Amino acid sequence: MIGGLFIYNHKGEVLISRVYRDDIGRNAVDAFRVNVIHARQQVRSPVTNIARTSFFHVKRSNIWLAAVTKQNVNAAMVFEFLYKMCDVMAAYFGKISEENIKNNFVLIYELLDEILDFGYPQNSETGALKTFITQQGIKSQHTKEEQSQITSQVTGQIGWRREGIKYRRNELFLDVLESVNLLMSPQGQVLSAHVSGRVVMKSYLSGMPECKFGMNDKIVIEKQGKGTADETGKSGKQSIAIDDCTFHQCVRLSKFDSERSISFIPPDGEFELMRYRTTKDIILPFRVIPLVREVGRTKLEVKVVIKSNFKPSLLAQKIEVRIPTPLNTSGVQVICMKGKAKYKASENAIVWKIKRMAGMKESQISAEIELLPTNDKKKWARPPISMNFEVPFAPSGLKVRYLKVFEPKLNYSDHDVIKWVRYIGRSGIYETRC
Amino acid sequence: MTDSKYFTTTKKGEIFELKAELNSDKKEKKKEAVKKVIASMTVGKDVSALFPDVVNCMQTDNLELKKLVYLYLMNYAKSQPDMAIMAVNTFVKDCEDPNPLIRALAVRTMGCIRVDKITEYLCEPLRKCLKDEDPYVRKTAAVCVAKLHDINAQLVEDQGFLDTLKDLISDSNPMVVANAVAALSEIAESHPSSNLLDLNPQSINKLLTALNECTEWGQIFILDCLANYMPKDDREAQSICERVTPRLSHANSAVVLSAVKVLMKFMEMLSKDLDYYGTLLKKLAPPLVTLLSAEPELQYVALRNINLIVQKRPEILKHEMKVFFVKYNDPIYVKLEKLDIMIRLASQANIAQVLAELKEYATEVDVDFVRKAVRAIGRCAIKVEQSAERCVSTLLDLIQTKVNYVVQEAIVVIKDIFRKYPNKYESVIATLCENLDSLDEPEARAAMIWIVGEYAERIDNADELLESFLEGFHDESTQVQLQLLTAIVKLFLKKPTETQELVQQVLSLATQDSDNPDLRDRGYIYWRLLSTDPVAAKEVVLAEKPLISEETDLIEPTLLDELICYIGTLASVYHKPPSAFVEGSRGVVHKSLPPRTGSSESAESPEAAPTGAPPSEQPAVIPAQGDLLGDLLNLDLGPPVSGPPMTTASVQMGAVDLLGGGLDSLMGGTNFAAPPAGTMPATLSAPIGGGLGDLFDLTSGVGTLSGSYVAPKAVWLPAMKAKGLEISGTFTRQVGSISMDLLLTNKALQVMSDFAIQFNRNSFGLAPAAPLQVHAPLSPNQTVEISLPLNTVGSVMKMDPLNNLQVAVKNNIDVFYFSTLYPLHILFVEDGKMERQMFLATWKDIPNENEAQFQIKDCPLNAEAVSSKLQGSNIFTIAKRNVEGQDMLYQSLKLTNGIWVLAELRIQPGNPNFTLSLKCRAPEVSQHVYQAYETVLKN
Repeated sequence: MIGGLFIYNHKGEVLISRVYRDDIGRNAVDAFRVNVIHARQQVRSPVTNIARTSFFHVKRSNIWLAAVTKQNVNAAMVFEFLYKMCDVMAAYFGKISEENIKNNFVLIYELLDEILDFGYPQNSETGALKTFITQQGIKSQHTKEEQSQITSQVTGQIGWRREGIKYRRNELFLDVLESVNLLMSPQGQVLSAHVSGRVVMKSYLSGMPECKFGMNDKIVIEKQGKGTADETGKSGKQSIAIDDCTFHQCVRLSKFDSERSISFIPPDGEFELMRYRTTKDIILPFRVIPLVREVGRTKLEVKVVIKSNFKPSLLAQKIEVRIPTPLNTSGVQVICMKGKAKYKASENAIVWKIKRMAGMKESQISAEIELLPTNDKKKWARPPISMNFEVPFAPSGLKVRYLKVFEPKLNYSDHDVIKWVRYIGRSGIYETRC
Repeated sequence: MTDSKYFTTTKKGEIFELKAELNSDKKEKKKEAVKKVIASMTVGKDVSALFPDVVNCMQTDNLELKKLVYLYLMNYAKSQPDMAIMAVNTFVKDCEDPNPLIRALAVRTMGCIRVDKITEYLCEPLRKCLKDEDPYVRKTAAVCVAKLHDINAQLVEDQGFLDTLKDLISDSNPMVVANAVAALSEIAESHPSSNLLDLNPQSINKLLTALNECTEWGQIFILDCLANYMPKDDREAQSICERVTPRLSHANSAVVLSAVKVLMKFMEMLSKDLDYYGTLLKKLAPPLVTLLSAEPELQYVALRNINLIVQKRPEILKHEMKVFFVKYNDPIYVKLEKLDIMIRLASQANIAQVLAELKEYATEVDVDFVRKAVRAIGRCAIKVEQSAERCVSTLLDLIQTKVNYVVQEAIVVIKDIFRKYPNKYESVIATLCENLDSLDEPEARAAMIWIVGEYAERIDNADELLESFLEGFHDESTQVQLQLLTAIVKLFLKKPTETQELVQQVLSLATQDSDNPDLRDRGYIYWRLLSTDPVAAKEVVLAEKPLISEETDLIEPTLLDELICYIGTLASVYHKPPSAFVEGSRGVVHKSLPPRTGSSESAESPEAAPTGAPPSEQPAVIPAQGDLLGDLLNLDLGPPVSGPPMTTASVQMGAVDLLGGGLDSLMGGTNFAAPPAGTMPATLSAPIGGGLGDLFDLTSGVGTLSGSYVAPKAVWLPAMKAKGLEISGTFTRQVGSISMDLLLTNKALQVMSDFAIQFNRNSFGLAPAAPLQVHAPLSPNQTVEISLPLNTVGSVMKMDPLNNLQVAVKNNIDVFYFSTLYPLHILFVEDGKMERQMFLATWKDIPNENEAQFQIKDCPLNAEAVSSKLQGSNIFTIAKRNVEGQDMLYQSLKLTNGIWVLAELRIQPGNPNFTLSLKCRAPEVSQHVYQAYETVLKN
């Protein structure tokens, strides 16, 4: 199991050091600093073995978090734990920075004592932790009832929610957030495309509400369609094939496995209900058509056309096209029909920004790139043209069909809950080779 | 509130000031001071001098302060054991506190203080906490048992904590169950022999129930524990799999990977014909792909594991090539791993796409990545024949870029392509020759020189090219020197007239001016060959080379199976067994996949060997009990060379423990004392056989007069399991000495050297009497024959089967393990003839229950032939009687460890079936003696 956990600043100074196991000596702290943080080359692996001691690290801005062990631990678990640790810290004091860590070091030690025991991760749900690890000096004088409520929540089946939550207005927000990824060849052939989506829920519901979430999952729709034959034709078209999905720990996985229904008691506040991935019938919101021509050895002509491919009534926002330029670029002239374009020498790219663009439109940019003559035999690698955007629909085609809420003990029904659904599609890695 | 100020106190006299503050009356000031102490401790300053002052602050209602003091105690208690005692009272008191959070805190902290005196006091509170009404306290106490066990294992056992811990597996609270499982698993790991976890269908059921309810971490503990369970049959395996599959949709990647591990392992037990098997395969792919959208560090862990899974079960991900395409922004470690998997998944169906990608990657920035991409193109060519042409043209394009390292890498892989497809792509040689000057890496230079030598007849100026390398001969690396030597000899054999001078030059450089023995030896061999018999030289040097195989970097199957059992863990990231990077006893236990069950009948009882074991089974397969006969026959028949390695073999081999550590317990009850060194007979003369004394036996196939029967060589270690090293061998006994005759064949592409051999302890103390002598490094496709003398004075451990020998062979590449069965007759000593009287007395003396009867079938020999044949293998006929037309032969033999075996062999004239009765004080050898009879008589 995890033998120790260290947090360093960018210089390699130790901010937090907590050792859980006797086999981890003091020198482990220095070994990581010397061999990884101060290493001359770029880090080649997130797992480093130094003198039979293994170090796992992740970086958040310029802070290094390292877990160390001498045993054959579950490596996936260690990384999941490090991420979780970051989440917990962020939930307590915001951004993970040197200053914040120094300001909260007592709290961090307290958290580390709680969520990692002898190197075994324990309950790390912020909701539960915040009930008894607080920043304002601990009131150790909880009433007896409160105490047992805390402990049963920390250890209980529903560790992510406490009892007795009350809202005057029962309300929930569902955000379907998708990132669409594309790799396209210069000829416009899709080399790979997938959508990775998340359903994020913000729940402000009283009691212990039982929720059931439904979407246009092909498997579910086809199952139901069997009963009413005439509906299959209509709804079948709108359903989507989900390659795979994962759920927040509140979702009853065995129920999903057997009935494919998504039922759960949600944590209070914001959480990520599910993640999913689709690869079929993706709506690619933009098509990028590049044209690069080398004119002699000292000049490049670049023309890029972008086409929006969605309903004309919808508007895409925050569009940005990034056209890489060679390292020996000396000057660039750009002309674009829409938006603003600029050559950024420090980033070796032409950045073209458009604030808004409606569906089924087209726009283009052309640029002349002057090059310095070089002796470098190596040809320019031509990195792909990448794109960023945001569209108000789900490129996977996912639709929320329902989210039902039942709370048998309290007197509010599904109808009384105010529900909001929003779809946002963003570009993930959206690249076209040129 | 800003605590960062505590980090900035660096002035002198600080400790003194702190001391004053710690002893202050004001609570706030005290707390401030403790915080400063902790901050100093964090940055590595020694604040142990403040121990008594800090401990004084322990008695407080303020939980925050208390926790800080505890933190300090955990760090420094060991350095101040006497003073740590001061804290005991508070701990014990806190363990009784009405607040469960405080009770848990106390027991948690106490377990972390490694001071004997404190540990003594821990037992009582711990016992109470394990039975506490509050689950939070119980789950903390469960982990505390593991802590205590780490400090003092004996104490934990004596106090009966293990039983209490086992009871917690049935606790009503899922988190308590999970922590108990984690603690027990850890303790069990350091006691491999104990049946601590005692998993049975009932406890498994409890775990599976808790699995649905506990935290994500708890699920990982439980799944990792489940993976160690061995279901009793395929039905149980399937039902566990069914209950584990829902975990594949968990958001936590570690839960997913641990579930994958359980499924991959239990799948071994499912029949491939089962519908469920197919369903399971389909279910595994999507979650594995999803892991690739996790954070990069987890992607890395996932990819390292997928690499193993793809090798074990390629069918799972064969359609998912695209997800392994490298993204421009992937960290380098993710890129390299993806590339590896792409090559493994490359097939005729997707090769076009793969090649297009690889070509793209070859223009990237990172040198390592580009090199690997170029190499990958070459591997595609070798793997998918249809693509070879396109690969070659892609490589040529890359050579045109003139990027130095790309060119070098390309030349190295083109050499391999030539080897795989001879006489197909040699037209490109001209292009390669253009780049001769830019090559500065040994591997590329050697490859180019090989090409020039191999195709010398097609390259007009081959002599000039090679001569140019010769100028700086002594500055080259060994690899290049050796290659250059061979290439010039090849050239000479092809164009003898113009190159005489050149070859002489290189031979003298290699033999006279070089300090490298390898180079010198090779030089001398060529020289002698050329000077004595140029025709023979031509046959040797220009011999046709065997084709190279497509996959060279596969993980050895035994290791792969072991690593599959470690999915998700560090071992799977390093691709090394835990023993390679974990110190001490932990992790030494090898894990193995459950034996593959072929049919549903044999699946009923995993212990029984599959009844219909195919005859192509390899000798390395250690037969399960009850199927010895079948295996013995295999052994005798000189089994076919190749055939897929059986999983059963790998499983058993995983358990080979050369040092014998921890296996002592298995020795109990053995009848074999270590043989005294003097039992080896020194006489060279063969004892004169009873009555006949006929040493010439025309029917016997035994070539040597006084040697016993020698089985033909069988492949013990197939090349694919040992990175290209193939070992075949047999055992012989000649004039009193035993030896192991080995044929080592190098089927890899690199030279092998530094051979060594070691035996595991075995039933008769067989051990090498001399080190393994392989005089020259073994070049590719070379075979060397070695006779390794053995003695029987090694350490003894009873093996199952008795004649099992586990062997480790090391070379410069790796250590390989195999096991083989030796025929018992190599242990029959020359003075094994008993006096008649002695025989009679002994026969009566040995109880009847020690008598074993066997049938020897289809042996057409008569009594005389039989006894003379047996005598060749030191089985001596003492008397012969004729009873009712049957010949009765009374025989004796003695084993190297002094055990006598008496035999009565009944032969009916005209009946080819003999009856053999064996009596021995150690009846377990009878079976093997019988097999020896069979072996000797039938060959």
